[in-house]
Amino acid sequence: MKKVIFKGTLLPYLLLLPQLAITAIFFFWPAGQAVYQSFLREDAFGLSTEFVGFENFLDVLHDQTWLDAAGRTLLFSGSVATLALGSALFLAVQADKHIRGANAYKTLLIWPYAVAPAIAAVLWLFMFHPNIGLFGRMLNGLGVPWDYRLNGNQAMLMVIMASAWKQVSYNFIFFLAGLQSIPKAVLEAAAIDGARPTRRFWTIIFPLLSPTAFFLLVVNLVYAFFDTFGVIHSLTQGGPGKATETLIYRVYTDGVINLNLGSSSAQSVILMLLVVVLTVIQFRYIERKVHY
Amino acid sequence: MPASTQELAEATRRRHRREKFVTHLCLLLGVLIFVFPIYLTLIGSTHDVNTIGRGEVPLLPGAQALPNYAQAWAAGGGRYMGTPAGTMLVNSLVMALLIAVGKIAISLTSAYAVVFFRFPLRMVFFWLIFITLMLPVEVRIIPTFQVMVNLGLTNTMAGLVIPLIASATATLLFRQFFLTIPDEYVEAAKIDGAGPIRFFLDVVLPLSRTNIAALFVILFIYGWNQYLWPLLMVNDRSLETIVVGLTKMIGTGDQQNEWNVIMATAVFALLPPVAVVVLMQRWFVKGLTETEK
Repeated sequence: MKKVIFKGTLLPYLLLLPQLAITAIFFFWPAGQAVYQSFLREDAFGLSTEFVGFENFLDVLHDQTWLDAAGRTLLFSGSVATLALGSALFLAVQADKHIRGANAYKTLLIWPYAVAPAIAAVLWLFMFHPNIGLFGRMLNGLGVPWDYRLNGNQAMLMVIMASAWKQVSYNFIFFLAGLQSIPKAVLEAAAIDGARPTRRFWTIIFPLLSPTAFFLLVVNLVYAFFDTFGVIHSLTQGGPGKATETLIYRVYTDGVINLNLGSSSAQSVILMLLVVVLTVIQFRYIERKVHY
Repeated sequence: MPASTQELAEATRRRHRREKFVTHLCLLLGVLIFVFPIYLTLIGSTHDVNTIGRGEVPLLPGAQALPNYAQAWAAGGGRYMGTPAGTMLVNSLVMALLIAVGKIAISLTSAYAVVFFRFPLRMVFFWLIFITLMLPVEVRIIPTFQVMVNLGLTNTMAGLVIPLIASATATLLFRQFFLTIPDEYVEAAKIDGAGPIRFFLDVVLPLSRTNIAALFVILFIYGWNQYLWPLLMVNDRSLETIVVGLTKMIGTGDQQNEWNVIMATAVFALLPPVAVVVLMQRWFVKGLTETEK
């Protein structure tokens, strides 16, 4: 809290105005609309709407295809987070060692941060397309019937790999920063006491990295829930069948393609609640360890 | 015993060498996993359409680079002839720059107001901005789209940019930073007769340079990589952005696509953001690890 401040009441409001106006028009109004519409139902011709209470929510929560999409989203997000966090931690530990060319390795592992999820999907498509992809053709040549456009499990594998591939560099940056903030004296003391590298990792490094890891877990889950829309849309369009339809993809198909606004809004509201829960968990956790 | 000490030292050295070798091997493998897809795309963009269409993906560059890139730049490709990459690059660049600059500008002013002034409802406004963290554009996508239709902003650059400009993260970062500016600076400025606007321009802005640079990289990438929003907002080809345009070229991934031109377009789509991250790496890493915590 500042003790010395400027006087004036009009100026601060003017300074806040642009941010507040945009927030009100493009955040609160649509979010309010989503909540409002989630309680309404339109007839098939869009001529009349009626208030239906929580019916849209109950319909969504009782819809087996939505529950399947929810389960799929959990599997997808869990796999993406595990893969992206695991490999990033492994690479960060290697890059933190005193070796020649450490900085070159770091640059070469950091740049994929710039790749859009949709572009990552395109790069994986070039590699694993059954007809034109190097590895796709190789797999078929070896007698593995590979076509992610027909096989649901292979499609899921593709979107998981492309999504995780894109997220590794982000996690790598944070793990590396975390590793560099661990006092070297502690590690040297443990080494003198005879603790081998593996033991040092699990008893000292890993516990000290756990706040970073927890923060990244939340970020990765949010990424897998929402930002991977581009990956799924450009690789599989949710297919084959519904094999790669996640919750956010479902909001898109129900709202934009099927124009079922009530149900789509109810799904949006459920997702908003999910983000609120994740954000609150994250801030409560971080508040305890960070002192401003 | 000196002999055994020597042996021990030799054994330790050997173990260290082995460990270093394994470390290099792991890192090289990691780098390979990230570089190879790009390499393959670069190679693909230098061959003719039939070589790729037949599935004979070579591992060495071909001779068709110039015509492929020329076609991608000026005419577009894919089965349905997409938008020229030149147009899409300009659109992406304008969108990313406007989003980055806009977010930084309105976050700077609102953080300045919250930190250096006292006025009614100050904390209410701060919390209103803060809770937008919990409303990513993806979850409110349909109603936001309806708002844009009501305002007549679909198929416009303003419609692409303005809704993405509000930023709780940037406001929070600048607020944290402004709180560290010593009170003496403000006092000195007041004694010298400088008003709040003067102080902002002459003291606060120069002090925030590093933060602004770091944030710029992150927000530029954020803007460049937008997908769902442009996909919904724009169906006018002259406003197509390159990330969305590229995946439209691919469509359902038919073998008959002009893959060589698509790969050249992918290289165009990758180049600017990767260049920004690599060139501004130090600022960007610092900014990222400090902003998001």
